[in-house]
Amino acid sequence: MTAMIDITDAKKTFTMHLQGGIELPVVSGVTFQVNPGECVVLSGPSGAGKSSILKMIFGNYRCDSGRIGIRHRDALIDLASAEPRQVLNVRRSTIGYVSQFLRAVPRVATIDVVAEPLIVNGASRADAQARAGELLQRLNIPARLWQLPPATFSGGEQQRVNIARGFISDLPILLLDEPTASLDAANRAVVVELVAEKKRQGVAMVAIVHDDEIRHLIADRIVDVTSFAAAA
Amino acid sequence: MADHDLLENDEPLLVATSLSKSFGRIAACRDVSFSLYPGEVLAIVGESGSGKSTLLQLLSGQLAASAGHVSYRMRDGVARDLATLGEAERRFLFRTDWGFVHQDPAQGLRMAVSAGANVGERLMAVGWNHYGRIRDTASDWLTRVEIDTARIDDAPRTYSGGMRQRLQIARNLVTEPRLVFMDEPTGGLDVSVQARLLDLLRSLVAELNLAVIIVTHDLAVARLLSHRVMVMKGGRVIETGLTDQVLDDPREPYTQLLVSSILPP
Repeated sequence: MTAMIDITDAKKTFTMHLQGGIELPVVSGVTFQVNPGECVVLSGPSGAGKSSILKMIFGNYRCDSGRIGIRHRDALIDLASAEPRQVLNVRRSTIGYVSQFLRAVPRVATIDVVAEPLIVNGASRADAQARAGELLQRLNIPARLWQLPPATFSGGEQQRVNIARGFISDLPILLLDEPTASLDAANRAVVVELVAEKKRQGVAMVAIVHDDEIRHLIADRIVDVTSFAAAA
Repeated sequence: MADHDLLENDEPLLVATSLSKSFGRIAACRDVSFSLYPGEVLAIVGESGSGKSTLLQLLSGQLAASAGHVSYRMRDGVARDLATLGEAERRFLFRTDWGFVHQDPAQGLRMAVSAGANVGERLMAVGWNHYGRIRDTASDWLTRVEIDTARIDDAPRTYSGGMRQRLQIARNLVTEPRLVFMDEPTGGLDVSVQARLLDLLRSLVAELNLAVIIVTHDLAVARLLSHRVMVMKGGRVIETGLTDQVLDDPREPYTQLLVSSILPP
């Protein structure tokens, strides 16, 4: 099977120039693959570099060295050396990212926040909104809130809007950064279901999940990030 | 942000090559090179005196470079060196294919003539002559920038700051330019007015697939609007890359300082 994500020997160090140029090694020698339909969960204590690895796969953090191979439109692209335009194309049609927090734009209605990734990829507004509505319904966001911007919602509601936005598109790779962190049991179960559906559609996923029960339910494989600990 | 397909094999719209500008012994802009593609939004950030406004003037052909050149792909697909364009050609470009949104709307508008005329004037400059169509189009554009069409016959000097800025945007976009230069378009506006303007700009840019070069000292504006950012200091581009990469993982000491200087709300 051809891997969707193929990371080889990736390394990340932060140099803090404002603190006298301290070097903070984050990870090195990061090497793993993710196949279609598979959910790989990154494990390790807080500060081990899980989120940094996820951000490197999304092209949000730069790599010092190594390769972040991504299968994009039937070709392999190295995101570590890709041009900004290529990274944007990969994000639009290949990699989705569900961050821990919603970065809401003022004035945009919840339904449109969720529908946007589909519209960007060419869906009609009506179709996109219909699918957005279905997802919001499943995630128990009442319809009376859909026309409001999510900025005033509770933390849990915002996270569910964020999840709906992340899961709405048909991208072949999905990165999940603690998607269930501030959710109640019922909504956690919905997320587990959504992940299972994505697997059946052949989506390759990398997730960070602290909840042992959820991890057990979604992980096909666990990658221990402490094995990539950078030598300080 | 929402955007149209940034094709991977299309041609750049504008290419800057080793642009430099000195004022006497002061180098305001040193050796700047980059390519801008159709539909791409590039933010130029840096503090006052970093050379960002000088660069914008060089790129828009309003200032002659001391060295280097800018080439622009005209609507016929041919790339032309801006320095070789005649004055008439350059002015035509400015009235049709380019827009320029100034920080101070009074610089980009005619303050004493009606809002409708401010928008319609750009259409007449490209040969429109049917009064009814010009007025209808102007009225459409006022609606798009959220100005009550009942105010179409009022002059912008009777408008609030936020309305003036929205009118300036309508005036610039009515001819469907492919490239818009913006110099601190949200500077000098109240925060709530800024948010509305940014949201409007963001949706218009995506809808019209505009290429934009925006100068701002506000990193939040850069994050919301731009795909790519160039950080300037002392006339040089010291760091460049995907906007979220540069803002979330800044490498250069000066960029780290800029990013860490933002006060959380």
